[in-house]
Amino acid sequence: MSKRKILMSFATMCMLSTAAVAEGPKAGGVVNAVIQPEPPSLMMGLVQNGPTQMVAGNIYEGLLRYSPKLDPLPGLAESWSVSEDGKIYTFKLVKGVTWHDGKPFTSADVLFSIEFLKQTHARARGNLAQLEKVEAPDESTVVFTLKQPFGPFIGIFEVGSLPMIPKHLYEGTDFKTNPANNTPVGTGPFMFREWQKGSFIRLVKNPNYHVKGKPNIDEIYWHVIPDAAARSVAYETGKVDVLPGGSVENFDVPRLSKLKNTCVTGAGWEFFSPHSWLWLNNRSGPTANKKFRQALMFAIDRNMAKDVVWNGLGKIATGPSGSAIKYYTSAVPKYDYDPAKAKALLKEAGYKGEKLRMLPLPYGETWQRWAEMVRQNLQDVGINVEMIATDVPGWNQKVSEWDYDIAFTYLYQYGDPALGVGRNYVSSQIAKGSPFNNVEGYSNPEIDKLFADGAVAFPDAAREEIYAKAQKILVEDVPVAWMLELQFPTITRCSVKNLITTGIGVNDGFRDAWIEK
Amino acid sequence: MISFIAQRIAKAIVVLLALVVMNFFLIRMAPGDPAVVMAGEAGAGDQLFIAQLREKFGLDQPLPVQLFLYVKGIVSLDLGFSFRQQMPVSKLILDRLPATLLLTGTAFAISLAFGILFGALAARFAGTWADTAITIAALIFYATPLFWVALMAILLFSVTMDWLPSFGYETVGAGYTGLAHVLDVAAHLILPATTIGLFFMATYARMTRASMLEVSRLDFVKTARAKGLSDAVIQRRHVLRNALLPVVTLAGLQAGTLVGGAVLTETVFAWPGIGRLMYEALLQRDYNLLLGVFVVCSAMVLAFNLITDLVYRSVDPRIEFAA
Repeated sequence: MSKRKILMSFATMCMLSTAAVAEGPKAGGVVNAVIQPEPPSLMMGLVQNGPTQMVAGNIYEGLLRYSPKLDPLPGLAESWSVSEDGKIYTFKLVKGVTWHDGKPFTSADVLFSIEFLKQTHARARGNLAQLEKVEAPDESTVVFTLKQPFGPFIGIFEVGSLPMIPKHLYEGTDFKTNPANNTPVGTGPFMFREWQKGSFIRLVKNPNYHVKGKPNIDEIYWHVIPDAAARSVAYETGKVDVLPGGSVENFDVPRLSKLKNTCVTGAGWEFFSPHSWLWLNNRSGPTANKKFRQALMFAIDRNMAKDVVWNGLGKIATGPSGSAIKYYTSAVPKYDYDPAKAKALLKEAGYKGEKLRMLPLPYGETWQRWAEMVRQNLQDVGINVEMIATDVPGWNQKVSEWDYDIAFTYLYQYGDPALGVGRNYVSSQIAKGSPFNNVEGYSNPEIDKLFADGAVAFPDAAREEIYAKAQKILVEDVPVAWMLELQFPTITRCSVKNLITTGIGVNDGFRDAWIEK
Repeated sequence: MISFIAQRIAKAIVVLLALVVMNFFLIRMAPGDPAVVMAGEAGAGDQLFIAQLREKFGLDQPLPVQLFLYVKGIVSLDLGFSFRQQMPVSKLILDRLPATLLLTGTAFAISLAFGILFGALAARFAGTWADTAITIAALIFYATPLFWVALMAILLFSVTMDWLPSFGYETVGAGYTGLAHVLDVAAHLILPATTIGLFFMATYARMTRASMLEVSRLDFVKTARAKGLSDAVIQRRHVLRNALLPVVTLAGLQAGTLVGGAVLTETVFAWPGIGRLMYEALLQRDYNLLLGVFVVCSAMVLAFNLITDLVYRSVDPRIEFAA
């Protein structure tokens, strides 16, 4: 079998390391960071919520990491290759890696992790749907064979999507009640040490980490502070050094950014690419009419929302894919703010002032303000909007039961349209009970076919063409009203260096971070 | 007296069970589903995953079956398993109880002691500037929302003056032991305990003042004066003691709720107590945890009501136990 060898990105790695060396990384120090809400568990194989990934992404590791451009980087695999037909992926593991309890990490752990995650990790299960078999010819080689080519496959190996689980601790046990869940054991740069529920989680440096000279930091304390204003104060008074994206209300960001020794970055969210839009109920009422939906796009001043509500952070969303997602194209119809055009389209759509129920996203003040701004925009062109207040579970219920006309949301896109985009537009994903599928009820056989073909097309060029076409059709049809590519700024002391080096940012960032003294 | 206590306990158990059933249905009437919330947090919303979660937590069973299983657990002192925290509810509550009791107990002691003191002073000097000052201050603290007082206290004492810590139970990572640890916890306790204490202090002060003024107009006080007792003795032995009955009633009711913590204050000050646990359980629709906290709180309210009745007897010997 001839193989098209994809060598690991030594150049990228060297650049990152060299940059760090040039600035002179120092060993030692303690970092205090905020985590909110408190994770229910740190066992990444069982719990996959955001806070768990943020803390435990420094305890566990995946086979690969991803650059901000979402190119694969070595993780527990030092190199990898893909067969010419795109169906066989071979990974060579880093040798000499040990779990935090000293046991060796081998290909048997990878095989076990795959089986484990198929049972416990919904996203991993979906990502592995095309997997025919996985084999371990030797202790440091793993071979994945797919039923058919699956374009995004190389993108599913980051720590949150496919964390490696220690076979020697979990094999033959009831995963959910295994005592190891309370003292997670990974291969990562930091080891779990202490968790005082409601107060803090403490991680300490792994002295046997497989990347020589790393990590630099001795300890990380993750503080649980439930109130957004109190989190701002904790940073302001010097009690914490790192506020991961989304920790504080957006209107606090400019004030905190001006504090001494404070650095702000929007980087580190490329893999997730949080994309916001308004669900528009395509089933009935005015929002079932394409012209009405187009009018809505013209009626909303997204630039103003970006500048005022989001303090200039983020980008205008041009369509279903974020600009960091593979095969993104900006060659789609444009919907610049144009109230006159909106009014004309409303007239064409035959809108007679029916009242529309709008659900803001109950995630805090920023989202509430944004909803008020959109309501104002819509009222300005004559659309009658009633705001419905809910809490998070109430919002989930209303959206998943399709009990709304317009509803704010944002979802992660996971780097590839086959993973995080198609699910919101293909008709096979129309099903009550989930607020994260094709909630709007858009159904277009052409789109169904394009997303089905795109997932298994090979090579990349074929996928690019398919997804470009899909984006163009969707933007013309406006099944939902795309708003902004969100940016959640990470605020740190400038003395905390090199924290964000990958596409998942803080989630696996402490490996390379160091503190300038 | 023993038969009185036994009857009260029997009644309390019936009330508690009724509360459990009522809370069980009330919580489930609220829109939302814990399985969907958890699936959303996991970034996975496929129906299979949500169905699996529902099955795992027993939410796929009919409501009467769920209720039967829950009540059966309660009878055997099992508060169930928290969906989200993946731990037994009783352990979660017991872990948070010390912090909550420390906070609310301190606040309760401060508010009761100073509330009665200021109320008595206001009554003793009724109509003077001291009375006016105490009454106005009490009114302000009573009317101001707790979270606002908390935020202003943080702004003043933590951000501007840098005197007191703004969040948490202790200085994380400092490794204090012995007296240093006690002082560290005390420093963290001052702001949240005072925030809660000010509100209750205002309540007790206003009630003590009103009650003392009312009692001081009664005939037996005039008799005491006629007998030539000193004003201090009259106020302390006759007026204050008789005026304390409504204050004891109120304190008894509030003491029962102390176990439930202080939701807003614990949230703003990141105090790791039961109030926060309850708040988070509510947002996650963590039914078992929420119900568990309610059960414990209800039991405490009932227990303190009983204790209050017993305290009446010692405060006012005229009251007799009626079975």
